[in-house]
Amino acid sequence: MSRRTIVLAALGAIVVVAVAGFVAMRFFMAAPEGLDLARSKATVNGHYRIAIEPEAEPVRQGPLHSWIVTLTTPDGQPVAGAQVAVDGGMPQHGHGLPTRPQASEIGDGRYRVEGVRFNMGGWWVLKLAVEGSAGNDEATFNIVL
Amino acid sequence: MLRLVSSLVLPALALALAACNPSALSEEEKAVVASLSLDALPPLPADPTNRVADDRRAAAFGATLFFDTDFSANGAVSCGTCHQIDRQFQDDLPLAKGIGTTDRRTMPLAGVAWSPWQFWDGRKDSLWAQALGPMEDAREHGGDRTSFARLVAQKYRSRYEGIFGPLPELAGLPEHASPKGDAPAQAAWQAMPGDKRDEIDTVFANLGKAIAAFERSIQHPQTRFDRFAAALASGRKPEGDAVFSDLETEGLKLFIGKAQCVTCHNGPRFTDEHFHNTGVPAVPGLPQDRGRAQAVAQVLADPFNCQGRFSDAPDRCDELRFMIREGEELERAFKTPSLRGAASRPPYMHSGQIATLEEVIDHYSRAPASEGGHSELDPIIFTDRGRAALIAFLKTLE
Repeated sequence: MSRRTIVLAALGAIVVVAVAGFVAMRFFMAAPEGLDLARSKATVNGHYRIAIEPEAEPVRQGPLHSWIVTLTTPDGQPVAGAQVAVDGGMPQHGHGLPTRPQASEIGDGRYRVEGVRFNMGGWWVLKLAVEGSAGNDEATFNIVL
Repeated sequence: MLRLVSSLVLPALALALAACNPSALSEEEKAVVASLSLDALPPLPADPTNRVADDRRAAAFGATLFFDTDFSANGAVSCGTCHQIDRQFQDDLPLAKGIGTTDRRTMPLAGVAWSPWQFWDGRKDSLWAQALGPMEDAREHGGDRTSFARLVAQKYRSRYEGIFGPLPELAGLPEHASPKGDAPAQAAWQAMPGDKRDEIDTVFANLGKAIAAFERSIQHPQTRFDRFAAALASGRKPEGDAVFSDLETEGLKLFIGKAQCVTCHNGPRFTDEHFHNTGVPAVPGLPQDRGRAQAVAQVLADPFNCQGRFSDAPDRCDELRFMIREGEELERAFKTPSLRGAASRPPYMHSGQIATLEEVIDHYSRAPASEGGHSELDPIIFTDRGRAALIAFLKTLE
């Protein structure tokens, strides 16, 4: 083995270790790769379609704020008179939401979810449970701050 | 071969060295640093429940009240006794000492107006409601409401009335009366007509509102960290005391990275203003302290809360409305304290359980199980260098 080969091998090893460390450090701070960040989706059992959007962008860490939930049938008809319950938390930290958000109907299949707070950066989930004319169903949304 | 070295290995080596260089911050890290800077602090939040929150006369009156020891049973205790103005408005003691000794550590006051919840357990939902608690606590000021109203009438009538309007008629009221006092004071309070009790409660609440107006003016001073962050944000090279040593930068990177401190100690105040169980041990000899779990009922029952009749905006109480009221997460959960200035104000934790920063880091490293509920901590292994780095970083927040 020539001296040059040894030097190159050593350099290569340094690079591999350093890059792996760098990637690991970034991974540590980040939400999992490939998280579904869609803000509109079918509920688990397909009874409804739910879309969510914050009442004001951008969503910031800290303040109490509201989200607007739009609830439709799978073919897009607004669903009125449903009960929407909100739960959630941070899967990586094993804790729930820091507040107890509440949903109220505002018309045209839309519901305002008030009292949401994300007190930390990172990966949050909002779980919406719906009791409506087409049955009980739920959907989980991922939000990354 | 040489070409291969220069085209592939050298750029990779440069990346490797950047990753190893303790002083290099990634773009993600720079964004977190910016989020922690005082420059990112939002404007002072309004307090609609206190109509004199931003009244300068009220703030000046509140400052007078804050330091006046006449508002105590023994004439020796004021807010400033524990919240010492030259000591970051705290007292360096594990447990606060007024007339007696309390069960909790005095909290510093800089930036408290940004906090939706007051006290370690958040049993008060405004600064003005908080200010009222110690004034009647037998271990702190040990005062009572009719004495306070009478003292205001004797000593500060014109200042009070200039801000809040006429004082009520006090003639014929009991010397010492309060729903929180000793048995005779409580009996005297119960014997007062309801409308008189209301009038006295209004004076009492107004004292809290003036003190709160003063406390709203207590700001976090700019620190070396903020100057470092400002330079970083503008792409300038830090100069003078804004230059961080390698050790301080390593500490910063640990703080926002592997050590996960920034999970709770986030934002420009280095606190998420929320309640967490971190397995801090109970103090032998003190009554059981369930933290947030026992505070929820207290804040809901408090006549001086946001929704109460002394609030100036009882319809704007989102914090109370959306407050979590039950669950294991509340057990032995205490408010995340700001870390600004923390390095120079041991001891630490809600009852001063931990004497030094070194031992605080030991605690987070060991992550002991909680004596009630569940600790949110996971154990972390620190090197000696890492511990020194974290402490060096915390000292840049002075």
